[in-house]
Amino acid sequence: MLETALKGSPRYWGWLVLLLIIMGIGGAAWYVQLDQGLQVTGLNRDVSWGFYIAQLTYMVGVAAAAVMLVLPYYFHHYKAFKKMIILAEFQAIGAIIICIGSIVVDLGQPQRMLNVLLYPTPNSVLFWDMVVLNGYLFLNLIIGWVTLQSQRNNMLPPKWVKPLIYLSIVWAVSIHTVTAFLYAGLPGRHLWLTAIMAPRFLASAFCAGPAILLLVAFILEKLTDFRVGEEAKKAVAKIVTYAMCINVFFFLCEIFTGFYSQIPGHMHPMMFLFGFEHGNYVAVLMWIATFLAFLSLALLIPPKLRENHKILPWALAALVVATYIDKGIGLLVGGFTPNVFEGFTFYAPTMPEILITAAVYASGIFAITILYKVALTVQKETS
Amino acid sequence: METRRKFLKYAGVSLLGLAAAPVSRAAASYIPHESHTKSRAEALTGSRWAMVIDTRKLTRESDFKPLIEACHSVHNVPDIEPPLDIKWIWTDKKEHVFPGKHNEFQAEKIEHKPYLLLCNHCHNPPCVRVCPTQATFKRESDGIVVMDMHRCIGCRYCMAACPYGARSFNFMDPSPHIKELNREYPERMRGVVEKCNFCVERLAEGKMPACVEASDGALIFGDLDDPYSEVRKVLRKEYTIRRKPGLGTEPNVYYII
Ligand code: SF4
Ligand code: SF4
Ligand code: SF4
Repeated sequence: MLETALKGSPRYWGWLVLLLIIMGIGGAAWYVQLDQGLQVTGLNRDVSWGFYIAQLTYMVGVAAAAVMLVLPYYFHHYKAFKKMIILAEFQAIGAIIICIGSIVVDLGQPQRMLNVLLYPTPNSVLFWDMVVLNGYLFLNLIIGWVTLQSQRNNMLPPKWVKPLIYLSIVWAVSIHTVTAFLYAGLPGRHLWLTAIMAPRFLASAFCAGPAILLLVAFILEKLTDFRVGEEAKKAVAKIVTYAMCINVFFFLCEIFTGFYSQIPGHMHPMMFLFGFEHGNYVAVLMWIATFLAFLSLALLIPPKLRENHKILPWALAALVVATYIDKGIGLLVGGFTPNVFEGFTFYAPTMPEILITAAVYASGIFAITILYKVALTVQKETS
Repeated sequence: METRRKFLKYAGVSLLGLAAAPVSRAAASYIPHESHTKSRAEALTGSRWAMVIDTRKLTRESDFKPLIEACHSVHNVPDIEPPLDIKWIWTDKKEHVFPGKHNEFQAEKIEHKPYLLLCNHCHNPPCVRVCPTQATFKRESDGIVVMDMHRCIGCRYCMAACPYGARSFNFMDPSPHIKELNREYPERMRGVVEKCNFCVERLAEGKMPACVEASDGALIFGDLDDPYSEVRKVLRKEYTIRRKPGLGTEPNVYYII
């Protein structure tokens, strides 16, 4: 089936070459980082995680988009998602590749990575994160590939994939929960020490993931003769809207708890995030995110606007940027600021960090492109 | 040639994900897990080592300097500019050392002087809990929280987990930043975390920690499980506080204010 990825238009090949170039440049930057150490990043003693781990946090959510379609399709036999399902599963694969890549480039000694498996440590959440991320990757690869293969052969998928599909639904929740626990279980990091960290992760994932998927579907419809169907689009937009409302609500809950209790530890990170203390570029981004979040809600909640295909992509894009800033950058930098000494240490990603991250994204997108190519070819052959 | 060799090394080992070929310096920095060690007859033994810092005896810069130098010179701690600095023992303002205990009406001489910081060798250490490789572990025999520099993958999860900022990461190769190399103690390589080790290597030789030895009685070191130890005697007599006790980490470093 993979051979279908070898035949494509010049535009398809051009896109792949572009991704390869980005991977090459980022790879060179990674080589420099390996040689000189993480001093080439903006990280420091007090802000010890940054841009790389931010990508993990965000893309874990994107990987979840699959579950919001798989669940209605398989549990409630919601047939409108038939064509989108495979896109969602393959998007999850690319997202997980980006997650794992982001962890690897963040390590000080990546060549010792296997120590995590050689000395399995069940009390470490990072150990479990490795387990669930890799597990989710393989689950989606198997499910996606097998269902596509049977579709191509005009057969029903084999019976044994059903349990795997149900497992993948539960598993999707686990990758979020475990990644949220990475932060939520640390004493002394006030912004992260909240019981609704995992629910917040789920809410932001369930809006951002499907939003990206829907945007990708719009692009595919523009570039190819693939059609996901109007009903599917409407349904996904609705899911995105509800999830975003919950996401914003959870965020407001955090604000209330911090500012009504007036406990300094709870207030300071949020004051920093919105520029009332040591304001810097993060505050500017957070205000942009706030504006975009409310804008997206304003465009998504009224059905008239949501169903207008001229407006919907913009609403989705606003939502994606808002959630990215909040969960990627805000959560990470805010978690480390103020630091454990109640002081302030500046962090901003450097050029090598950005290039390496771009390469990690390019490899995930490369995988998605190839998988989508296969999926679309098969769908075309069989329809 | 040099870069080519380096490249091959990285490319090869990263792809295979295997441990790096033993570079001589890397090999030297190996601190084995306790399971393969036997203690010597002269070793100081205890089951819960702890330190009491008498801050009344430490006020001026010159009081702290010898302690910090003693530690950093024996342990080959490099001298690097903040914020990428590596420190095992250092000083900071009161509101930074004891956040939440700030009191603007406190006597000037208490509120506005530096306080000493080091790893607390917590009885319930979050850094150990989070480490995915057991590179940071608590010795069962004496409760000291130590590191295996050869196992650490540099994920820095322990730095996020330590609420005391006790851990430093080698953002670069530390060796050019070491003033005078102590050949008795291993250097580290870039990409791993490090911190105070309560001088395990000195205790094994029957010596007190270097900072304690240099402190002229301002630091008291001993076994909390021994009711007749120096530390227990001091703790019975003086009012002491610990850093962020509310987090449940049970620090083993006490401060007499
Ligand atoms: S002070 Fe920090 S590094 Fe030291 S044992 Fe406690 S948590 Fe670990
Ligand atoms: S940086 Fe090293 S010591 Fe710290 S958690 Fe990771 S592997 Fe363990
Ligand atoms: S106990 Fe030893 S390692 Fe720790 S600060 Fe003192 S001299 Fe340094």
